[in-house]
Amino acid sequence: MTELAIIGDFFSAFEFIFESRESRAGTVQVGGLEEFGQLTLTHLALSFVSLAVAVAIAVPIGIYLGHIGRFQFLAVSISNVGRAVPVLALIAFFIAFVGIGFANVALVLVLLAIPPILTNAYVGTSQVDPDTVDSARGMGFSERQVLTRIELPIALPTIFGGIRTSAVNVVATATIAPYANVETLGIPIINFNVYGGTGQLAAAIVVALITLACDAGLGGVQRVVTPKGLKLAANPGGAAKRRLFGLIPRRSVQPS
Amino acid sequence: MSAKIPLAQVPEGFFTERDPDDLDCVAQGGFCPSWILENFDRYVDPFFQHVYLTGVSLAIGFVIAFALGLLAHRKRWLTGPLTAVTSILFTIPSIALFLLLLPLTGRGNTTAIIALVAYTQLIIFRNVANGLRQVPSDIVDASEGMGLTPMQTLLRVEVPMALPEILAGLRIAASTTVGLATLAFFAGAGGLGAEIESQINFKSNVVVAGGLAVALAAALDLAVLGLQRALMPWRRAVAA
Repeated sequence: MTELAIIGDFFSAFEFIFESRESRAGTVQVGGLEEFGQLTLTHLALSFVSLAVAVAIAVPIGIYLGHIGRFQFLAVSISNVGRAVPVLALIAFFIAFVGIGFANVALVLVLLAIPPILTNAYVGTSQVDPDTVDSARGMGFSERQVLTRIELPIALPTIFGGIRTSAVNVVATATIAPYANVETLGIPIINFNVYGGTGQLAAAIVVALITLACDAGLGGVQRVVTPKGLKLAANPGGAAKRRLFGLIPRRSVQPS
Repeated sequence: MSAKIPLAQVPEGFFTERDPDDLDCVAQGGFCPSWILENFDRYVDPFFQHVYLTGVSLAIGFVIAFALGLLAHRKRWLTGPLTAVTSILFTIPSIALFLLLLPLTGRGNTTAIIALVAYTQLIIFRNVANGLRQVPSDIVDASEGMGLTPMQTLLRVEVPMALPEILAGLRIAASTTVGLATLAFFAGAGGLGAEIESQINFKSNVVVAGGLAVALAAALDLAVLGLQRALMPWRRAVAA
């Protein structure tokens, strides 16, 4: 295929996002800003609900386990187990055994999102220097103050790193939600017979852009919540020099 | 043994079944051990396709990422840019990447392997670079003092010292690649994902195809662990 034809493919995919056209069978109108807007809204709603539930469950448990410093094996290996189960298999298992619909897909995404958040919350809280905690106790901090004023602020960047990883995973995986009858941006990807290659490509572009935006946005949040002292400690030479490549802070590893 | 099934909807494997309970089970899309036994053949080819996609991608991915890791070890300033580029690749969802590559490389194994290789890069590269950086400088000094050339120092001292970290990266990359390869059917490359997708409501199918994928991930994990023990008899394997 020539370069021109390739550019043409991507060009018509962009056109597909903004202007509706007849489907491949010629019976209905597909594509266009209205349909893509609707699919994107459902996609984001599904992702947001799932992520919020996962955060509400995993962050308190991870922080608690990290604070008492026990069950390390459990908190860390949950991520390894999570990685070994393919998301398609997990969704298919739920479709076949539990059922379809918004709530069931959200449940799958919650299960998918919990491991990185839990592991990061655990690691972030338990890695706080014991000397720091001791000196806080020596200064008369109560157990609660140690947690909220010392451990939490230091752990916050790591916790947000986990949330960021899970957010990217959830948004990516919501693409296969149409198998369970939830109309996300996966609709043009999965219904090739209706939308054709152009529709597939258009939806892939939108999903990729949303994911990158989500990653960049939460990366920004991660930097904002990093305490000033930690930034200085990590970067004694001054903030400006490393800013360019510091754009992508450390994170746990899991593509989607 | 409930309603009669219209002929047009008779599922595959219907006529080979004898037991009426089994007919019911398959017709209802249930979990049917006897159907699985009789139809296990159909999963063999997709399974080996899955092994092929995973194996080739890991091999190519490891060679590239290892080379990049060595490069970043020699030229420290490259670590930042390489991490940034591999991170961005890593963030793009696999389904989207498969589809974005289609106009460039067409449907088939090539597209799937390019995408899968891309996802191994960040994991392996970062572990190689970290592993090499963590080698104590005293040891490097000592080997130079003993008259080893920089190349000998790298191959005989630094790389062996960094092996646990490097192989830990390979383990993570292996299980990740098995999972991502279940979506390779979007690139027209088949694999176990294509089987899952073809009858996503049929419990027997989902359990067998999904189970094989999980088993493959576990087997590869053990294989890398075995490799680690074989390569480093002087040291107990370190958890990933």
